[in-house]
Amino acid sequence: MHKLESRNLQLYYGDFHALKGISMGMKKNTVTALIGPSGCGKSTYLRLFNRMNDLIDNVRIEGEVLLDDKNIYSKDTIPDELRKKVGMVFQKPNPFPKSLFENVAYGLRVNGITHKTFIEERVERSLKQAALWEEVKDKLKKSAFALSGGQQQRLCIARALAIEPSVLLMDEPASALDPISSAKIEELIYELKRDYTIVIVTHNMQQAGRVSDNTAFFYLGELVEYDDTKKIFTNPKDIRTQNYITGRFG
Amino acid sequence: MTHLDIELKKLRLDMVEMFNLVLSQLEKSQQALTEFDKDLAREVRVNEKRVNSFELKLDRDCENVIALFNPVAVDLRFVLASLKMNSNLERIGDIAEGIAQFVLSIKNAPDPNLLEATRVMEMFTTANSIVADVRTSFENEDTRLARNVFMKDELLDEINIASTSAVAEFIKNNPDKINQSLYMLSTIRKLERVGDQSKNIAEEIIFYVEAKVIKHKKISEKISTTDSLQSENPGDIKP
Repeated sequence: MHKLESRNLQLYYGDFHALKGISMGMKKNTVTALIGPSGCGKSTYLRLFNRMNDLIDNVRIEGEVLLDDKNIYSKDTIPDELRKKVGMVFQKPNPFPKSLFENVAYGLRVNGITHKTFIEERVERSLKQAALWEEVKDKLKKSAFALSGGQQQRLCIARALAIEPSVLLMDEPASALDPISSAKIEELIYELKRDYTIVIVTHNMQQAGRVSDNTAFFYLGELVEYDDTKKIFTNPKDIRTQNYITGRFG
Repeated sequence: MTHLDIELKKLRLDMVEMFNLVLSQLEKSQQALTEFDKDLAREVRVNEKRVNSFELKLDRDCENVIALFNPVAVDLRFVLASLKMNSNLERIGDIAEGIAQFVLSIKNAPDPNLLEATRVMEMFTTANSIVADVRTSFENEDTRLARNVFMKDELLDEINIASTSAVAEFIKNNPDKINQSLYMLSTIRKLERVGDQSKNIAEEIIFYVEAKVIKHKKISEKISTTDSLQSENPGDIKP
């Protein structure tokens, strides 16, 4: 059984056919990298899994998107409940104008949790999981904006982890960071894989190679190739994949 | 053309130059032996230094491409294959030098009967033609020609196996020519290794062009062909 799956998924922005019959499945505790040139549909595909596309006008979706074998586009799915299970981290760190502690506690509080000790424990655990605890444990009351870009991104990951999702979606999480911070995020992804199923969009081929178990190459809204990452980067089946990963187009 | 393309093209041209240099060394060592030309043998020995320094340059170029461009897929296979072929070519260069050394070591021209009995010239011609084939195969990415090398090498093996008894027979009839007979046997062994190195090169060319590993396979499997890259509709795929 796959943790995440899409079946013959079609997505339209008005008249524009953005995703064309995407069928792929992602196993539990794996990292899947989505690669492809800008506009190929990879971020659109990523956003399907927590129904972020619902917020865009004129979007029409056909086919099925499954989380734990349940169609998340069925009428009885509540998007807010879905997003508790499927966390998301964006390209640019987007901490709230609050303290470090309150940033991580935010998701718990909006879900009605008020127990002080519970929140403190969960904040500490999330910061540890995000490999940030040692750097910030003495300044939890300081503004999140006092952190470096790399630390802010790990804070956002801690915020996503605090509500204990089972899936983590990452849209170019390290592209705005320096190489050291980027390496920390990659290391973190590798660690988080033990507890989460991760889907990451990246434009960095080397990063996709380093962090992911499987890689999917999208082009013009189509899933061209989806396979073991080692296979994709050493011997891709499709000539378009080869041309893209070797930098000959896109 | 991307910067990586330019670097790979340079590497390819330099590899062809290495092929040419080594092939020329082998041909000159054959001529030196046939014509008992010690000056030509000395030239082969001097040129061996060029082969060695060219090997180091190519190693460095491969290392730079990997470190600076992080090549993947066919580009990575090309660089990895070049690295290995470079080493194989350098060894063929060593073999040519070893044969030139043999020409310099013997006092008299090799006995024509010994040359004929051992079929060493036939072996030389085949070995040179195999090296020329792998060079052409590399230049044109012609894996069919690369696969032919495995068949041609069979002849080298055959002559090599037969040479032991041929040399033994010659020594029995010419006990005063033991030294040059042993040198000749050593030359035959060396030429047999030219075939082995060329087969390694052919395997690398097939690896780089077809992404197929055929090392340690039976000859029948080595010469069978596979599909190359193609555009296809993946359908429903699930790792």
